[in-house]
Amino acid sequence: MENATLERVSETNLDIALSVKNLNVFYGEKHAVKDISLDFAGKQVTALIGPSGCGKSTFLRSLNRMNDLVDGAKITGDIWIEGENINDSKTDVVLLRQKIGMVWQRPNPFHKSIYDNIAFGPRYHGIKDKKKLDQIVEESLTKAAIWNETKDRLHKSALSLSGGQQQRLCIARSIAVNPQIILMDEPASALDPVSSSKIEELITELKEEYCIVIVTHNMQQAARVSDKTAFFLMGELVEFEDTPLMFTNPNDQRTTDYISGRFG
Amino acid sequence: MNAKTADKIATTVIIAIASIIVLIMAGLLGFILFRGVGHISFHFLTSAPQSINAGGGIGPQLFNSLFLLFLTMIITIPLGLGAGIYMSQYAKPGKVTNFIRLIVEVLSSFPSIVVGLFGLLVFVNMFDFGFSLFSGALALTVFNLPLMVRITEQGLAGVPLPQKEASLALGLSKWKTIKSVMLPIAMPTILTGTILSAGRVFGEAAALLFTAGMSSPRLDFSDWNPLNPTSPLNPFRPAETLAVHIWKINAEGLALDAAEIAAGASAVLIITVLLFNVCARLLGKWLHRKFTAGK
Repeated sequence: MENATLERVSETNLDIALSVKNLNVFYGEKHAVKDISLDFAGKQVTALIGPSGCGKSTFLRSLNRMNDLVDGAKITGDIWIEGENINDSKTDVVLLRQKIGMVWQRPNPFHKSIYDNIAFGPRYHGIKDKKKLDQIVEESLTKAAIWNETKDRLHKSALSLSGGQQQRLCIARSIAVNPQIILMDEPASALDPVSSSKIEELITELKEEYCIVIVTHNMQQAARVSDKTAFFLMGELVEFEDTPLMFTNPNDQRTTDYISGRFG
Repeated sequence: MNAKTADKIATTVIIAIASIIVLIMAGLLGFILFRGVGHISFHFLTSAPQSINAGGGIGPQLFNSLFLLFLTMIITIPLGLGAGIYMSQYAKPGKVTNFIRLIVEVLSSFPSIVVGLFGLLVFVNMFDFGFSLFSGALALTVFNLPLMVRITEQGLAGVPLPQKEASLALGLSKWKTIKSVMLPIAMPTILTGTILSAGRVFGEAAALLFTAGMSSPRLDFSDWNPLNPTSPLNPFRPAETLAVHIWKINAEGLALDAAEIAAGASAVLIITVLLFNVCARLLGKWLHRKFTAGK
């Protein structure tokens, strides 16, 4: 009883970082995301789970308008961040993307040095001072828990790093432009177990500062790292719940079936 | 006939065809080099041609070819890059884009003599550039542009999408993404293609007969002011290139050693184009290593 009250109190204190209202995504004729409304709180990890093709990645990619790159994609609905509607055609998507970092399934560092990978974004956003850039690079790499492994080789190619290191570098790269939200599309699924657990640790640390939305296929991972979980099925949001509750006592039979591995 | 025999026969036939082609190519190349290389000397490469006496060189023609190539590339590269970037990154797929692409394809398979006549009509007469290096460069641009567009387009299409997405997700503009992330990755492909197309331009004759002209004014190689009519750098003077010279000297050469000069000039032409190809390969390899290697 007391716990529940505490939780409710803490919940009300959390600011909504990103608010999605009635989001629909169409790829040509295909209705990939169906009328989803979701609020993402700051300093929390929200996991999006569901079987392949359920629309969770599409949903995630809509949040920073990456689907603009897909021919024939049509997106309706509102996505609010700091009083601005991301999905408004008048919104400057370039500036907005700075507020929303993204990390992909496969690490995709630029074909540049480790230093330049991190400094690339800040430089473009107007920071020219070498000292300031050095500082950002060190801070970002430190936050992404990869500073110690890279500090002696900052000017070597980022492609010389291992897969797990590259992924942490990519996280550092997105941190460097100072986003509020970090979107992660299965960030650990292409990595070995050790690297994968490092990424999970990192996510737990990062939520001290950022709102994190993570798509994952790995149920244990969702349970370990997330505070809230959203279960997607065939483009619909079936259930959105506190993670412990979702994994112990889901409301919907379909959620139970999916979590217990009866399909998916 | 069982599958094994059929397979054997197919393999033999394919190898035979390949061998014949290689033999023809190697024979042709060997023949040109064999006939010409002996004639190449420093004197031959640097001195002016003689109209009747023996002992003429190909100096001005060689210079013209290189200078024309340079002019052509100055015009072609920015246009080709721009159009290629537009086609691969900005144009929305659809009828208009497909139509443009079709036109580019058609243009690239134009007979070069037609391009030459078009150049005569438009650049030489209509715009009144006369028989000049500039007219020639424009004609070669028409000839070379489609290739350049396609090379750029393919180079950019070969850039992995996650690279583009990563840059956009950092809040970079489309142009900055293209310039700072995509073009560096596409550069080896684009550069190699450009050098290969330069080889084609270098050997082109038909498109130049009626545009750059078949004569070379007396050049003063000590005068580097592009505005003087006898300066080698003047782009508005007529200029006979190496390839045109070979054609002319074979057709109407009066010099006693015309055959040798043609052979020597052909060898020079082939060797230069070969050099272009080798450079393209080496440079492409080096760039590829530079951009992808885990140093």
